[in-house]
Amino acid sequence: MATPPPVPSDKTSDRALSRRSFLRSTAALSGLTALAASLSPLRELDDFTSTEQFLQKYYKELTPEEMTRVLARIEKEVERQYGIRPHVRDLRPMDGVEFVYCLNLTRCIGCRKCVHACVAENNLSRDPEIQYIRVLKLPHGSLDVEKAEHKYTADQVPEKGFFYLPVQCQQCRNPACVKVCPVHATWQESDGITVIDYDWCIGCRYCEAACPYWARRFNFAKPGLPAERINPDMSYLGNRPRKLGVMEKCHFCIQRTRAGRYPACLEVCPVGARKFGNILDPNSEVSYILREKRVFIQLKEEMGTSPRFFYYFDK
Amino acid sequence: MIAATRNYLRFLWRCGRIAFVGDWRYYAWMGVLTIVSLVGLHAYSRQLVDGLVVTGMGDEVSWGVYIANFTFLVGVAAAAVMMVIPVYIYDNEELHDLVIFGELLAVAAIIMCLAFVTVDLGRPDRFWHLIPVIGQFNFPASMLSWDVLVLNGYLLLNVHICGYLLYCRYHDRKPARWFYIPFVFIAIFWAVSIHTVTAFLYVGLGGRPFWNSAIVGPRFLASAFTAGPALIILALQVIRHVTHYRITDKALLTLRSIVQVSMLINVFLLINEVFKEFYSGNHHVASAKYLFIGLHGHHALVPWIWTAIGLNVTAMVLLCLPLSRSLKWLNLTCVMAILGIWIEKGMGLVVPGFIPTPLGEVIEYTPSLNETLVCFGIWAFGLLCYTIFLRMAVPILQGRLAKANEGRPEIQGDEQEIPAAFPSKPDRIPTPTAH
Repeated sequence: MATPPPVPSDKTSDRALSRRSFLRSTAALSGLTALAASLSPLRELDDFTSTEQFLQKYYKELTPEEMTRVLARIEKEVERQYGIRPHVRDLRPMDGVEFVYCLNLTRCIGCRKCVHACVAENNLSRDPEIQYIRVLKLPHGSLDVEKAEHKYTADQVPEKGFFYLPVQCQQCRNPACVKVCPVHATWQESDGITVIDYDWCIGCRYCEAACPYWARRFNFAKPGLPAERINPDMSYLGNRPRKLGVMEKCHFCIQRTRAGRYPACLEVCPVGARKFGNILDPNSEVSYILREKRVFIQLKEEMGTSPRFFYYFDK
Repeated sequence: MIAATRNYLRFLWRCGRIAFVGDWRYYAWMGVLTIVSLVGLHAYSRQLVDGLVVTGMGDEVSWGVYIANFTFLVGVAAAAVMMVIPVYIYDNEELHDLVIFGELLAVAAIIMCLAFVTVDLGRPDRFWHLIPVIGQFNFPASMLSWDVLVLNGYLLLNVHICGYLLYCRYHDRKPARWFYIPFVFIAIFWAVSIHTVTAFLYVGLGGRPFWNSAIVGPRFLASAFTAGPALIILALQVIRHVTHYRITDKALLTLRSIVQVSMLINVFLLINEVFKEFYSGNHHVASAKYLFIGLHGHHALVPWIWTAIGLNVTAMVLLCLPLSRSLKWLNLTCVMAILGIWIEKGMGLVVPGFIPTPLGEVIEYTPSLNETLVCFGIWAFGLLCYTIFLRMAVPILQGRLAKANEGRPEIQGDEQEIPAAFPSKPDRIPTPTAH
């Protein structure tokens, strides 16, 4: 009948203490569970950076022995991922060579064969689609890129009243991208090619913002490259498969041109609009063009970037 | 030496403990912030696995809301200087005891800044490439390397100043002037530098005419000194409301004058920019056209920028009217200024710089859900940090968390029951009755 005595409100009583420590441990436990749950997508990380790769040194600081090991690692990785044993080389620039590209705008018909040859040669991601060359369709008489059509889909090219301007990395003498990179992951080599160390790039995309030619491409997603389309002739600074989250761009087919071959875009061009060679050699085709043609232009010359990519015209 | 270390660790331990103690409002607020932070962390984990493809960014618009928020928050951090200058140079009495809240806000803002840059990286696992000596730090050529230095430097300066002053207060001893005054003055210049360097990050890109304008730096400072103190006005009132810490209306009105002048300059500079872009009518106007009136049928940002301009101009008018001396109107004005500047400086500056692309293509940008969640997460985390800093700082400044009461039971979150005015001598502090 009698009402039970009121529970003492004294906080130091055993009950209050155990209640408090119970609450505390519950809070801590649920906090940890919530933390684990919020990190749960990380379980799907399949391509986790290996220690070897994490600690890999900067390209320019690798000794020849270390480079051999790095190339072997890349070969192993490519083989594991695509089932094809590639041949990965580290080709160095040749002495007395400075590469220059000349493109004949009178001849170019806008067929985009260069675009696709580049994709095939350089192991570019097919899904999502990455392309180093963008062909602009411009109305007759204007070099104003804002008038350009990028995604033209004509049954037949060339279309009357238009000309075509293929744009890729201009391999500038004064590259805006190299200056801004916070970690020296991109630089200009002695033969004039601006390269990227894909294993050093942190993916800040500052170079992409800096480039006045929109020549750089970023791996926003994991590159989708079908194994049967792999080009096994690879180089470290060139066409070896890229990883998620790094920058890439045209490198004048470094794996070909440093081995004495022409770039893939040049070889495929059906109208011979593309010329490539050593500007330091007075007898080269490009030397001849820049010496003899009355007009040739560098895109956005006013930027002061001084491209090694020249556009010229026939009569 | 050992005793000093032990004292310091004890101080840290007590500060850490108090962060977990509070009334129900404190727990609710911290609970919500924790949940939003974790939701953001979840979204970021998704991004780590799938890549930045889960954002709305692409090769055309390669920076988005992450960098927009980063830019805005660098301004908030820099704005602490607008309290430091009145106090340390003009000996302003009203702001004297409040300046530390501005500096703590700067610390929280820098933490958010660093988080926003980190989530924007494609390869955060390679962050060590950025560390001088062991990595390859492209200093002084890259403006981004400058930014890394000035942001981390500013963080250290403010952590040192706040930490030292609070620790002295905890011991109830007078801080040695030589040990913090020089740093305060360095921090004044440093604050200007963090925002100038962040502006140069954009200004330095010749290929982006929208950014390649000398006025971006001054505009950044003007907008920062508007939005930052506006945020501090709001924060101080929250502090006053929940802790009874002495914050006078006069102090708030001093900050109001700062916001007022800065907003006038900010709008003036905006007019300069708009005139230069549109009157000359050359090709470089494309991005500005896209932003203000739309380009080739694309106008995603047009409603945003006009909302921002509307908010800024209204805030400017209100700030010039005596009406905004009333706190209700002042708060409304501050909210408008903060929102207006966030839009103008974030989305209104970063995104149109990419549109059209240097090759003339117009591809628009909308942040994805995942990207938005990451942003909310970082904001929540920043607010969480700021709340914790205040939770530690306020009782120390009030003298309730002090060396003198070390052995006594820890204070709970009962600020409301303690009288508003506190004697500064620790021996006269009303301590909670021992049970």
